[in-house]
Amino acid sequence: MKASFSPLGDQAIAVELGNKIDEETEKQVRKLSVLLESRQPEWLIEVIPAFTTVSVFYDPCVATYDVVKMEMKELLEQLGEDLPIQSRTIEIPVCYGGEFGPDLEFVAQHNNLTAREVIEIHTSGDYSVHMIGFAPGFPFIGGMSEKIAAPRRDSPRLRIPERTVGIAGNQTGAYPIETPGGWQLIGRTPIRLFRPEDDIPSLLQAGDRIIFKEISERAYYEWEEEQNAENT
Amino acid sequence: MLKILKGGLQTSVQDLGRTGFQKYGVIASGVMDPFAHRLANLIVGNDERFATLEISLVGPKIQFTEDTLIALCGGDLSPKMDGTAIKMWRMLVMKKDSILTFGEPRIGARCYLAVAGGIKVAELMGSRSTYLRAGIGGFQGRSLAKGDEIHSDEMTPLQVKALKRNSESEFDWLIPPVRYFEEPIIRIIKGKQFDLFNDSSKEQIFTEAFTVSGNSDRMGYRLEGPNLALEKPTELISEAVAFGSVQVPSDGNPIILMADRQTTGGYPKIGQVASVDLPLIAQLKQGQGLRFKEISLVDAQQRLIEQEQHIREIKASIQLKQEEWK
Repeated sequence: MKASFSPLGDQAIAVELGNKIDEETEKQVRKLSVLLESRQPEWLIEVIPAFTTVSVFYDPCVATYDVVKMEMKELLEQLGEDLPIQSRTIEIPVCYGGEFGPDLEFVAQHNNLTAREVIEIHTSGDYSVHMIGFAPGFPFIGGMSEKIAAPRRDSPRLRIPERTVGIAGNQTGAYPIETPGGWQLIGRTPIRLFRPEDDIPSLLQAGDRIIFKEISERAYYEWEEEQNAENT
Repeated sequence: MLKILKGGLQTSVQDLGRTGFQKYGVIASGVMDPFAHRLANLIVGNDERFATLEISLVGPKIQFTEDTLIALCGGDLSPKMDGTAIKMWRMLVMKKDSILTFGEPRIGARCYLAVAGGIKVAELMGSRSTYLRAGIGGFQGRSLAKGDEIHSDEMTPLQVKALKRNSESEFDWLIPPVRYFEEPIIRIIKGKQFDLFNDSSKEQIFTEAFTVSGNSDRMGYRLEGPNLALEKPTELISEAVAFGSVQVPSDGNPIILMADRQTTGGYPKIGQVASVDLPLIAQLKQGQGLRFKEISLVDAQQRLIEQEQHIREIKASIQLKQEEWK
């Protein structure tokens, strides 16, 4: 398979598996990441999968760039179709509009739709998580309909509450922690995306399938209350 | 115990950082100057991975509630013990109730305080580093403030002996201090997108001086200097970044990514700082200058391996000294 290698400084190597965001490249990225982590070569420190690349951090005192590159090439040859990749489907409940989604109306008007139609389109997409980055547990989710695409805000908000669901261009995602940001906010989920106390601190992982499901404000608060009770 | 009487500008608990969680978007955190941090730990007889306090520019005021051993390495922020100037890069005995203060930053920006036994806070995701942006890890996820009480972990029998044996406050040996520069030359490896930059940018990055801007922090150092630009505007697909990645946003001012960098980024990377030179950047203050010089990947890795050997030698000589404590 085709791949290009480049150094990311003296302690990491970036392996590029394609030059555009598509399903095939995404699959290769996941396969290589899974294979590396299961093999655990002694130079391996950590793996960061992204849209089209797998960046591999290694210990140069154990193996130099050339050695790592050579071993990575060998691994790539083993990326056959038979490598089982499991895909999870995760449902994300969202309470749309109101104070949770102050930009829902803007997204609707921008696309000549009603708010209801935006919600229906958003909950019927075929989504997958391309990568986690930007903030802890922050998913870059692909698969949103162009019909509800919306530009980023001209000036970003200074504080977006955690778990707010937003749209930027034809991407959608949710802010796991409170952060500044320029996305159009359409709703909020009661589910925690960042769980620092867990072994795996991110609810979502690259490769997950996502379903957005609309819930009422009441259901949102009940969910949140239940979750808070579990954490105290 | 360490009683914090004043927090200083930004004093936080850090260790060598979080590894293995960047794929979940969790930043690495950890010390800005790993070399100074490791030496401070080694000097007091700690494991180099133990947590230290990273002290930035304006130091804290700390009262020690029992006798202990400490070491200060990194930037010289004019440390004093009960009002008397104390030396860095060596082991010091901190007597019960004595007070550690800091004054003018003389050279460098960050000083590492290692305490025998290491700073004791709970580990989160395998590290004791403070993740300031998410408000977790370290001491309550934040910088230290007046009234905080910080504990150190138990000392080894050897450290206890060293403490009993020395009535003097300073031990008579020291580690050769690292020299930090007013305008350092930072060696960089060409970045993955180096060739996408226009000819003048490719030249200016190595010929012109840059200045550290006021918007610099643990996340990144923003630089001012010649305006760098791509040959033609190119939309990049986000990918992983590393400690020392030099990325250039569309305003043309490079940013060197530091300990609290985001895990991924979409700006073109013109270069990547050689790991051995990262401490030189970590110790720069706002307004200071720097110049870039190219280094090959092979050379950068060779220097890193040499630095590790150097640390091992220092470790060995400290262990020899420790024989005297027995």
